[in-house]
Parts: sequence; C-alpha cells; structure tokens
Amino acid sequence: MAKETASDEVTIIHDTNVRPFRIDVPLEALDELRRRIQATRWPSKELVPDRSQGVQLATMQELARFWTSEYEWRRAEAKLNALPQFKTEIDGLDIHFIHVRSKHEDALPLIMTHGWPGSVIELLETVGPLTDPTAHGGAVDDAFHLVLPSVPGYGFSSEPTELGWWAGRVAKAWPELMRRLGYARYVAQGGDVGAAVTDAMGRLSPEGLIGIHTNLFVPALGGTMPTDSEQERAAAEQIAVFRATGFGYFVEQATRPQTIGYALLDSPVALAAWMLDHDTDSYYKIAGAFVDGEPSGNLTRDHILDNVTLYWLTATGASAARSYWESGQAQAKAAGQAPPPMTLPFGFTTFPGEIWRTPRSWAEKAYPNVSYFNEAERGGHFAAWEEPQLFSAEVRAAFRSLR
Amino acid sequence: MTEDIRHFQVDVPQEDLDDLRRRVAAMRWPDRELVDDRSQGVQLATIQALADHWATHDWRRVEAKLQALPQFVTEIDGVDIHFIHVRSDDDGALPVVVTHGWPGSIIEQLKIIGPLTDPAAHGASAADAFDVVIPSLPGHGFSGKPTERGWDPIRIARAWVVLMERLGYTRYVAQGGDWGNAVTEQMALLRPKGLIGIHTNMPAAIPSEIAAALASGDTPEGLSGDEKYAWDQLDLFYKHGLAYAQEMGNRPQTLYAIEDSPIGLAAWMLDHDAASLDLITRVFEGASEGLTRDDILDNVTLYWLTRTGVSSARLYWESKLAFFAPKGVDLPAGVSAFPDEIYTAPRSWAEKAYPNLIHYNRLPTGGHFAAWEQPQALSEEVRTAFRTLR
Repeated sequence: MAKETASDEVTIIHDTNVRPFRIDVPLEALDELRRRIQATRWPSKELVPDRSQGVQLATMQELARFWTSEYEWRRAEAKLNALPQFKTEIDGLDIHFIHVRSKHEDALPLIMTHGWPGSVIELLETVGPLTDPTAHGGAVDDAFHLVLPSVPGYGFSSEPTELGWWAGRVAKAWPELMRRLGYARYVAQGGDVGAAVTDAMGRLSPEGLIGIHTNLFVPALGGTMPTDSEQERAAAEQIAVFRATGFGYFVEQATRPQTIGYALLDSPVALAAWMLDHDTDSYYKIAGAFVDGEPSGNLTRDHILDNVTLYWLTATGASAARSYWESGQAQAKAAGQAPPPMTLPFGFTTFPGEIWRTPRSWAEKAYPNVSYFNEAERGGHFAAWEEPQLFSAEVRAAFRSLR
Repeated sequence: MTEDIRHFQVDVPQEDLDDLRRRVAAMRWPDRELVDDRSQGVQLATIQALADHWATHDWRRVEAKLQALPQFVTEIDGVDIHFIHVRSDDDGALPVVVTHGWPGSIIEQLKIIGPLTDPAAHGASAADAFDVVIPSLPGHGFSGKPTERGWDPIRIARAWVVLMERLGYTRYVAQGGDWGNAVTEQMALLRPKGLIGIHTNMPAAIPSEIAAALASGDTPEGLSGDEKYAWDQLDLFYKHGLAYAQEMGNRPQTLYAIEDSPIGLAAWMLDHDAASLDLITRVFEGASEGLTRDDILDNVTLYWLTRTGVSSARLYWESKLAFFAPKGVDLPAGVSAFPDEIYTAPRSWAEKAYPNLIHYNRLPTGGHFAAWEQPQALSEEVRTAFRTLR
C-alpha cells in the first residue's frame, strides 16, 4: 500500500519534521482492484425509477464498466504528485497535506479541509484559482498560500489508533500544522466534515487564525434553528426530509462504523455505492455523469472515481466512517450544551444544491460576527469540486475584508 | 396464474460454494476497532473467527437437513412463495403458520418443527400437536424476489391467508417474531375466516407515551420495574442500534456491500441487536449457547447463496408501519416476553396492545431469535398459548 511511501531523502524522523511525500501505488493493487470490480456479484434492480431506494443498478454498473475499462489511476496519481505533498506527525499521527505557496509573497495563508465522502481530491481544482488568481480571472490581492490536509483516517493521513479524534481534536492539530509551516496569520475554510473542523477551529480561536468560511452550516446539525421566516421554514423542512429519508448512512457510521467497514474494505462496488449515496443533488449529478454522460461542472466520471479509488487504495472506508462515530460520541458528551461561542469573523456561502439552503438569518443567529454571506448561483454539497471557479470566487470574497 | 403447489428441492451448484469460499479467503480486512466492546460494531476478532469457521462450514449438511423436510413452492400474487409444510401424524393437530423475520429465515424455525408436530416425542402431550407451515418471506431465502413495489407486511399477510386456504386449512393460528410478528398481526387485522388466534415473541406493544418519550429522549416517570427494564432496552436500541434499520428503510439498494462481500453480509446480519450480537460474539469465542457457529453460518450462507441481501432489505423500505406501535389486534393473542429481546414487553403494555390477551409469560432466558435459540421454550409457549383455542 502506498500509505507509507515517503521520499528517500528523509533519514532522520523527528517529531516535528515536515517530510516530502509522493504517491506510488503498486501495480498489483490496481490489478487487484480491477479483478474485484469484474467479479462483482450484483443485486437485482431496484423497484423504483428514481433514487428513492438507493444508488441505482444502472448507475453502478456503468460506473463499474468505466472503472475497469477506461479509468486510469495513474493520471490522478500524477496530478497529486505534481503538487508539493508532505507528511508531518502531529499528536501522534502522520498528517498528509498538500502545500502550495502562491508566487505572491503577500498571499493570505488558507487551510482548507475536505469532508466525507471527500478527500483532498475534491479540492484540487481550486489550487490554481486560489494560489494563482491572476491566471484565473482574479486579482493579485486575492492570492492564498494553500494548505490542504487529509483528515486523520482519510486518504494518506494515518488512521487514529486510539479514541478521541473527533472534529474538535483535528481542529487542534491544524493550528499546529500552520504554526509548523511558519504561518502566523491565516484563515480556514471547509465544507461537510471540513466545516465541522473549521467551525471548531473558530471556536478554539487559536493564535493566528483571523477568520473562517464554511459551506455547510454546522450549527443546524447540532440543534434546532428558528423557523420564523419562509426561508427558515424551507431550510428546516429540507433538514427534516434529509433526516427522515437520507440519514441512514450517517447513523450507521455514527453508531456502527466497524460493521459497514468490512464491506467498504472488501468490495469496491460496495464502497463506491456507499460513497455515491450522500445527498439527492450530488447523487443525481454523479449518476448523470455516468449514465447520461453529462457531468455537472467538474464532477466528471474521472474525478468521481479518483476519489473512490483513493479511498479504496488507502483502505480507509472504515476509518473514515469512524470519524462520524467520534463526532457522535463528542455530541453525546456535550449533552445539548451549547458549544463555546465564536467571535472571529465568519463567512458563509449557501450553494443551491446543498442539503439545505441556509438563510442569512441562521448565520447571524449562530455567529455574532458574520463578515460575509452569499448565495451562490450554482453548485451543491461538493461545491469546491463541482464549481471550482465559482467556489474560489466565494473564498476570495469571504476573506477580502480580513487581509 | 397457477395455484399449483410444486415440490421444491434445494440444490446449490458447487461453483457457487467454491466462489463463496474464494471470496471469504480473499477478504481485505479493516484495522481493528478502537474499543474493547461492541460499541463500534461487530468486532474484528468475532468476524475473523466467523471467517475461519466459514472455511470449513458444510453447506451440504444444511441442504440435506432441508431436503429431509417437505418443501414446496406456490405462486401467490405474482411471487413464488417457498415454504416448509410438515403435517403432524395427529389428526387433531392445529395448523400454525410460523413466520421468520430479518436477518432470519426458515433456518431459525427448523428446531421447533419436531416439538410442534410431534410433541409426544419431545416431552409434551400429543394433544398439543400442530401441522406446521413455515414460509419464506418474499425476497427472502427461496421465495421469489418481488419485481414490483408494494410487498409490505399487509400484502404478505394477504398472501399467507391464501397459502393457508390453498393448503386446505379452515381453522388455524399464526405465530411470529420480528417481521414475522408484523405479518402475523396484519393477518389478525385482516380477520380472515379460519384464523382463530396469534402468538408473538416480539409484540408491537409500545404505548404511545413511551414512543413519544423515546423520540424526545426524556425518561418517563412512574414506570414499574418491568417497564423500566423495557425502557432501558429501548433507549439503548433507539440511540445506538437502529442504524441498520434506518439504512435499509432509507436506501436498501445502496447496500451493494451485502451482495458482493460475504464478510460484509455476515457483519451486517450479525449486527442486529445488542443482546444477540453479544451472544453470537460469545459463540465465536467458543462459548456454548443456544446457537452454534454452524447455526449462524447456516443462516448467513442461505442469504448469500440465494442472493437476497438487498431484496430482503427492501422490506424495511416497503413497510410504512410503525414497527412497535400497537395495531389494534383484537383476535385472541398470546405474548411471550424473552429477556434479551430488543425489548421485553411488560404485561401492562401487552394487555393494552392486545385486549384479548390469552397468554402472557416472561421467560428466564432467550432473545430475539427465540425459536432458533430456545426451541424447547418457544415450542412450549406456543403450545400453552393456543391450548385454549383448540
């Protein structure tokens, strides 16, 4: 497995060393993957013409065909290896990250965190626009030095071997990472699990962090939000529908990650289906990419499979699922107590396809210092992945006032 | 449409067995869970012990056991229904249709066939004999897989009524736990001519105020000892044990996992309720319990070979019934409350849920798979419950 493949030049491993990292998956792992996909035992077709029973057979069979006959992992590997990648040990775990410094020295350092079922793959297309804005329709003043870590248990970061790695602990590791990279003044961004990490960082308010931006509204997951306006009621209804009809994967991962983990390690098609079944909007976009050959934005067949294949090759289906269990434990321990308040500037972008459309009033209710709020025109749960240009424009706008 | 009743024999191709063995051997394992208990799911050591045992598990032995029983298939409402049908030698035997649940199958019911059809040979009175009908739920085991929507417990109950009619039974009883209880209760609500009473080992008897308290998470006050015991069981189940049911209710088709990975299927099936997982874990650690390692693998292997992981999960999607809410069954009903069931229904709840309660008993041992784990006790419960209806 590629997990431990590090550069040869590193001979002394010191706690705080930052070591260069390259990915080099053995050919036999790729052959083995192809063999398993080809040997898939398929269930009978769903009994409905839509996704209401889950990931449709036609979608999965087309995905499997493409995966074995056209998809090339080496292209993804080359793309990752073209970026400066590193590992460093924090709090007992090797943290993998991509670190791209802008050529503009005054760029603002930004640590951006992926979610589940995501990885650094979902953020790759934002590297250009964020670090080199002038080449992507932006201004010099919008440049970022970009840090993209893999959450512990995900991708090329190592798996926790002890309890306690919930978002709040990751939120303590990231400031250490930024400190180690020499950044004394920086911002943080995230969606999904990355939003939970970023929100927790904001509440910890470590020295150096001057503001955050998220694209998933974390407070709505932990408690009840007001339903006074039409917009608020609509958002609450979207959350209620999600909890009633689309929450199975969430509860399974939050309560029994080991149980589903076996199949996620053993069956590539099981893993892919589990990862595709996240939310209605992204499911139909991804299914469209495979079945109709019509991807939404950057959510192409190749990009979807880059991400699934990364989970497969790093064998992180179970450990990533476990991060939900940890968050569930942390939530149970908090027992309804409000999290520490956050006074740092908070920016938020509502993407129209996200599970619920967070209204500005909720942002203002939960965060006293809303420095930016916008509703984007397009994009869904995987906003950075699907609409990297639009997403990057949001990140630039959100942090402009903090530079 | 044909009303024929056809003989049925199980005969699994050798290549399917070889393929299963290959897949188990090729399992790619995750790392061990980070806890020393079952709070993150089925433990690695348990499932690895299961995999070891699977390598030597003899499916042909199961097949032979099934072949020794009279098995049939008949088409009802467009789906082939598989069933075991064992008539008692006693002419006065009372017919009973016994329905399994999930993750169960006819394998769960095999041990009660002798005690129910031939009680005299099992330490009971010949007067308590039953003719036994044990169908496979649609989408489960050797029954057909529905190819259209709508096969919820109500529709299955209608099919069972047709089945009993087709077998010529004009006066019969019904028994079940888990989904088998849901089907049995719906039969009682249909009030078909001929059905004179039911027995359940997993009653739907949670009072509405308790259901509301479970939803809010606030422990109700003034509960009796038995009620508090049931509350604690339910509180645990609703907080930590409901995920599999929610996933199958939301997205059964997404579980390609349980169709493609035998270990994935086994883990998914083992993780049903805390007490049965505890028991199965002990069994794979070598303890002697009501279930054996072979018992457990007989059932998992049946699901694997019949490729019914996803089709059986669809029942959770189809059913719109509140699983544990009283349904207003007013036929004579008997309740057996096993201590390790998801919840042990107190008599006070059973009396409210079943106004015509003809039998209630709290058993000293046994859990969710009562017929499988405690066949003697469950058989005795069924005899006692229905004695007054003969």
